[in-house]
Amino acid sequence: MSLPTEAASNPRSPAREMTMVEALREALREEMRRDQRVILLGEDIGIQGGFGGAFTVTLGLSEEFGHRRVIDTPISEAGIAGVATGAALGGLRPVADVQYGDFLFLAMDQLANNAAKLRYMSGGKLTVPMVFRAPVGATTRGSQHGQSLEAFFMHVPGLKVACPSNPYDGKGLLKTAIRDDNPVMFFEHKLLYGSKGARKEQSGLQVTAVVPEEEYLIPFGQAKLLRSGRDVTLVASLLMVHRPMEAAKVLEKRDIDAEVIDVRTLVPFDWETVFQSVRKTGRLIIVEEDNLTGGWGAEVAARVAESCIGYLDGPILRVAAPDTPVPFAPVMENFYVPSVERIVAAAQDLVA
Amino acid sequence: MSETRPDAEHRVAMYRSMVLCRRFEERVYYLFLEGRLPGTIHQSQGQEAAAVGVCSALEAKDMITSTHRPHSHALARGVSVNSLMAELFAKTAGCCGGKGGSMHVGDRDAGMLPAIAIVGGGIPLAAGYALAFQYLHRPNIVACFFGDGAANIGTFHEAVNMAAIWDLPVVFVCENNKYAASTGVEKSMKVKHVSDRAAAYGIPGETADGNDVETVYRSMRRAGARARQGQGPALLELETYRFAGHSRSDPGHYRASEEVAAWKERDPIALYEARLCAEGVLDREKISAIASEIENQLEKAVELAEQAPSPRSEDCLTDVFAN
Repeated sequence: MSLPTEAASNPRSPAREMTMVEALREALREEMRRDQRVILLGEDIGIQGGFGGAFTVTLGLSEEFGHRRVIDTPISEAGIAGVATGAALGGLRPVADVQYGDFLFLAMDQLANNAAKLRYMSGGKLTVPMVFRAPVGATTRGSQHGQSLEAFFMHVPGLKVACPSNPYDGKGLLKTAIRDDNPVMFFEHKLLYGSKGARKEQSGLQVTAVVPEEEYLIPFGQAKLLRSGRDVTLVASLLMVHRPMEAAKVLEKRDIDAEVIDVRTLVPFDWETVFQSVRKTGRLIIVEEDNLTGGWGAEVAARVAESCIGYLDGPILRVAAPDTPVPFAPVMENFYVPSVERIVAAAQDLVA
Repeated sequence: MSETRPDAEHRVAMYRSMVLCRRFEERVYYLFLEGRLPGTIHQSQGQEAAAVGVCSALEAKDMITSTHRPHSHALARGVSVNSLMAELFAKTAGCCGGKGGSMHVGDRDAGMLPAIAIVGGGIPLAAGYALAFQYLHRPNIVACFFGDGAANIGTFHEAVNMAAIWDLPVVFVCENNKYAASTGVEKSMKVKHVSDRAAAYGIPGETADGNDVETVYRSMRRAGARARQGQGPALLELETYRFAGHSRSDPGHYRASEEVAAWKERDPIALYEARLCAEGVLDREKISAIASEIENQLEKAVELAEQAPSPRSEDCLTDVFAN
């Protein structure tokens, strides 16, 4: 499946269908060619004969840039985050990663207490230009390899948070992240990688997008209106963007015209695009793969209530994961992750 | 600066630096008692030789990382007394603009990152900064200060190991003051010396007398030269003692008074003063000149800090993000 992108409508762009993995890899390659200060740090990212990171994003980069710039680390997530932060202070622009987002908890002190706060604690004298990539999302790997952790980081002042839903955005946002002078948490959904070969996800979406050959950047804080509608606003990020798009087709047959917004970055957040949509439709459903309580959808609900309550024709709803760990059994996982059916049902209830 | 023996001028400078650290901490102690400074403090009286010996062995563009007990590190590294005092007074003129406070003092231009007050949290930062030095082909090193308590947290292991495998130009300086807050070092580790752990990472380890400033200086010069030449990190353990409690509210009842008295007999400043006098480098006259010069310097720093404008409340909102 393919989401509409700017590139698709640009006739001058040579058409290239790319997967998320290919697009992210191209972003890294371009930025490493452009700026010698960009280095990569992570586990299994550049080993000869290895797999180019847990999901092959860095495959081939150590061959081009060498092991001085594609640095394989021991299994030391706190060390990786701290070393990346220190290297960023020292004048480099590290792009570090963890194999699974769940491992970010091991690095939490370095990210939340050091990377996020050093600019502030120094009275604005220091910058921490680093990117921390992390794959998220439930993929029948159970509770410790399937969480969606974006909200934790949205809560920490000083960190930016990006959540691309498709390869076009993935490339443009990653390039922006690498050039940003702030620490950026860059979340990638495992079911969106669409990588071919050994690491292909069984239940993954074959999401591809047209990615132009010429360079482009996608600014942070600009949500994307993916589908215009008048009855209900559906807001999502990452994999979940694709569920409301499917739901919108079903709803259309039932005479409900849904508007779909891909937030693209949680920090900074494009509040105005969401507010404008809600003022038009009068109804809001937030779709998120994170646990319901304290997810980023709660923040969206609160802000919309503060700014648009007079425009609302019904309660703000969230279609989110229940407050449980991520289960293993596929039948339970399917229940856990928000489905098209749940979104359709919520929209019908709201509009009825 | 000679490799093994500092000249007379350098020796006097080290003595002066230690006295500055001590008098600064004493003044700060009373300023707190008088309620003129907000927050808390973790003081370093007794540990001056470690701070000064290490920092005297550094070059201008080297970097240090520090801990929740950073005042002596900052002074020894050359962070300005006025900006340090202003930071403790929570003023805009402070080295962190009033956003850091006692536990985060630092000034990168002076060669010190903001101190990291999570025990062990600064160790990977030091390795990372050293990685940048190495990558950028700079002839510089990082001196990473931490305490005996930090030697037991995971980031110590992760960062020392990473520095070791990549031969990073960093010297890990453990100020072993025998207590992690109130918990004695013998309750926290099975090995006798923190430096014993160096073997586990395949790097040199040394335990040195942290109350003898010249011993510290020589050890740091050796470890630093090695790191600077691309031969990788070392773990330098400095045995020392803090005369004060862990923080300002700690009377230190967990330490036997005989133990405290024995360490005060080995006061690093008194020891060095006696030696420099015996060797004719210092005399009573020079000592009192240094003392009054430092008193004036501190008097002025306090005066400036008190008179300096406070930040505006809404300055709280700036410096979260760059741009």
